[in-house]
Amino acid sequence: MKKIEAIIRTSKFDEVKAALHEIDIDFFTYIDTTGVGNEKSKGERMYRGTVLDTEFIPRRLLTIVVRDQNVKKTVDCLLQIAYTGEVGDGRIFLTPIEEAWKIRTKASGDASLKGDYEK
Amino acid sequence: MKKIYILLMCLVVAFALTSIFSSYALAEKKPDPAGTATGTATEIAPAKTGEQLSVTDVANQAGHNKVAINIMWTLITGFLVMFMQAGFAMVETGLTRAKNVAHTMAMNLMIYPLGMIGFFVCGFAFMFGGVGALGTLGGFDGLNHELTINLFGHAFGLFGTKAFFLSGGYDVGVFALFLFQMVFMDTTATIPTGAMAERWKYSAFFLYGLAVGTIIYPIYGNWVWGGGWLAQLGSNFGLGHGHVDFAGSSVVHMTGGVIALVGAKMLGPRIGKYNKNGSPNAIPAHSIPMAVIGTFILAFGWFGFNPGSTLAGTDLRISIIATNTMIASAFGAFAACLWMWWFRTKKPDVSMMCNGMLAGLVAITAPCAFVNVGSAAIIGLVAGVLVVESSFFFERTLRIDDPVGAISVHGVNGAWGVLALGLFADGTYGDGWNGVTGTVTGLFYGNGGQFVAEFIGVIANLVYVGGISWVVFKLIDMIVGNRVSAKTEMDGLDIPEMGAEGYAGIKLDKNAETPLSR
Repeated sequence: MKKIEAIIRTSKFDEVKAALHEIDIDFFTYIDTTGVGNEKSKGERMYRGTVLDTEFIPRRLLTIVVRDQNVKKTVDCLLQIAYTGEVGDGRIFLTPIEEAWKIRTKASGDASLKGDYEK
Repeated sequence: MKKIYILLMCLVVAFALTSIFSSYALAEKKPDPAGTATGTATEIAPAKTGEQLSVTDVANQAGHNKVAINIMWTLITGFLVMFMQAGFAMVETGLTRAKNVAHTMAMNLMIYPLGMIGFFVCGFAFMFGGVGALGTLGGFDGLNHELTINLFGHAFGLFGTKAFFLSGGYDVGVFALFLFQMVFMDTTATIPTGAMAERWKYSAFFLYGLAVGTIIYPIYGNWVWGGGWLAQLGSNFGLGHGHVDFAGSSVVHMTGGVIALVGAKMLGPRIGKYNKNGSPNAIPAHSIPMAVIGTFILAFGWFGFNPGSTLAGTDLRISIIATNTMIASAFGAFAACLWMWWFRTKKPDVSMMCNGMLAGLVAITAPCAFVNVGSAAIIGLVAGVLVVESSFFFERTLRIDDPVGAISVHGVNGAWGVLALGLFADGTYGDGWNGVTGTVTGLFYGNGGQFVAEFIGVIANLVYVGGISWVVFKLIDMIVGNRVSAKTEMDGLDIPEMGAEGYAGIKLDKNAETPLSR
């Protein structure tokens, strides 16, 4: 089992969610987060004539825990759909997961990550 | 329990039957749905019951009704101006940060009673103690002592000395005047709370609240409206009708703006507002909806502010005044919006649009009764551009941090308003103003003296109000200190100063709201 942490643009979230659903990745957690990075404001934010520097960059952090066989397709999907080509598209990190349980069924391991429709 | 219900039902039925039958039994007049038969000579009682109705009786009633309309007008427009306190509260809170809402709102709330108390104790006496007979409000003439000095062979009225605590003035006309003038004073009082928001100690504000209604506002107010020396410039020195200010561009708004200027300068800018090289950082408004709603509340209240200053519903100039007010507000907002959008920043800024509408209203406040509608439009247009440019001037050149633009909206445009009166007054109104025969006329209509009198009034305002507020703020600084500590300011004033968050239960990213000074 692996944990995929993807930091993506908030504007790309709906597309990414739909695309992940297409490849049967239906369960993940996300949280709105702020980052520090290279993206510069293009003078878009202005208040009373003074430009506001984007000191903080709003992003969304997705935490997806998948079985080993699904890692490649998930990462490929994220890389493809969350891309815009502009500075600040985000990052993906992979970490191993030691063990996982599903609270309702008490299942553990790979069985806890099976989708409900799978046999 | 059931018995109680039965008893109540019987009582209700009995009451209903009684009222239905009694109305049939006791009615003498036919019901009048069109209103054409209601109100006849029977409303007027003759001097002695049973006598014939005489002309004197009818004339007395007519006079009473005239004063009644005037008092009603003064009171109702006064209530509209009181509602402007809510407008100021919304604008100021909307344009400042969420971590300070409880504090900003608390200042705007308490300034109303604090100012009123000061005005009640001695402010009204200083301002109107020597105003003379109340012409439109019933003619009471007990406000008749003005402290006067003699200079250059002329009388210079300084302040009044009658009706402290409204004593000796328990008269319906005096009370109507007090209410009306009090809400005007409170308008001045609440202006500096905007410019000094987000770093002013509440205890310091509290003392200021008591000072503004007692000595800062009323003395200058007496000079213009209470029969003092600025009003007497006409009769003493032939300068038009003296310093004329119909509804208070200088008395109310410029005074407020100058106090705001002195206070904001003495407090210093908010943490994070300016970088080491002096360039400003933007600290955005936390609620544009509040700011816009507040602006509309103020614009609505201004329909009481300007037309109400006739103190007479029977003075039909009120329709001209109200329309001039409206037109100037529209052109002010229009000019500010376009000036920002086309010329300055390529983006229309909502807070500047609000400031523009308010600037138009402030600028028309003095001349509204004396100008034609075309002049009102021009005055509004200039005000809209003036507020934007002076905002930049105070923020970038003088480096005075004014979170809501109060100095530009009220101070600068207050001065423009009275100067505009000196230029655009067209001579169709104001015969006998300040004891000078003839209507009020400005420079563009042949009378340069009026402009000079207005200018003198502007200088007198800067000197007196600037000076006395400096003294007051310095004294308050020595007693409690004006500014909060840096830690309090960074955390937000709500919890340290007010004890509770304004937005309890809502997570605020407090550090993101304070820019970093670079």
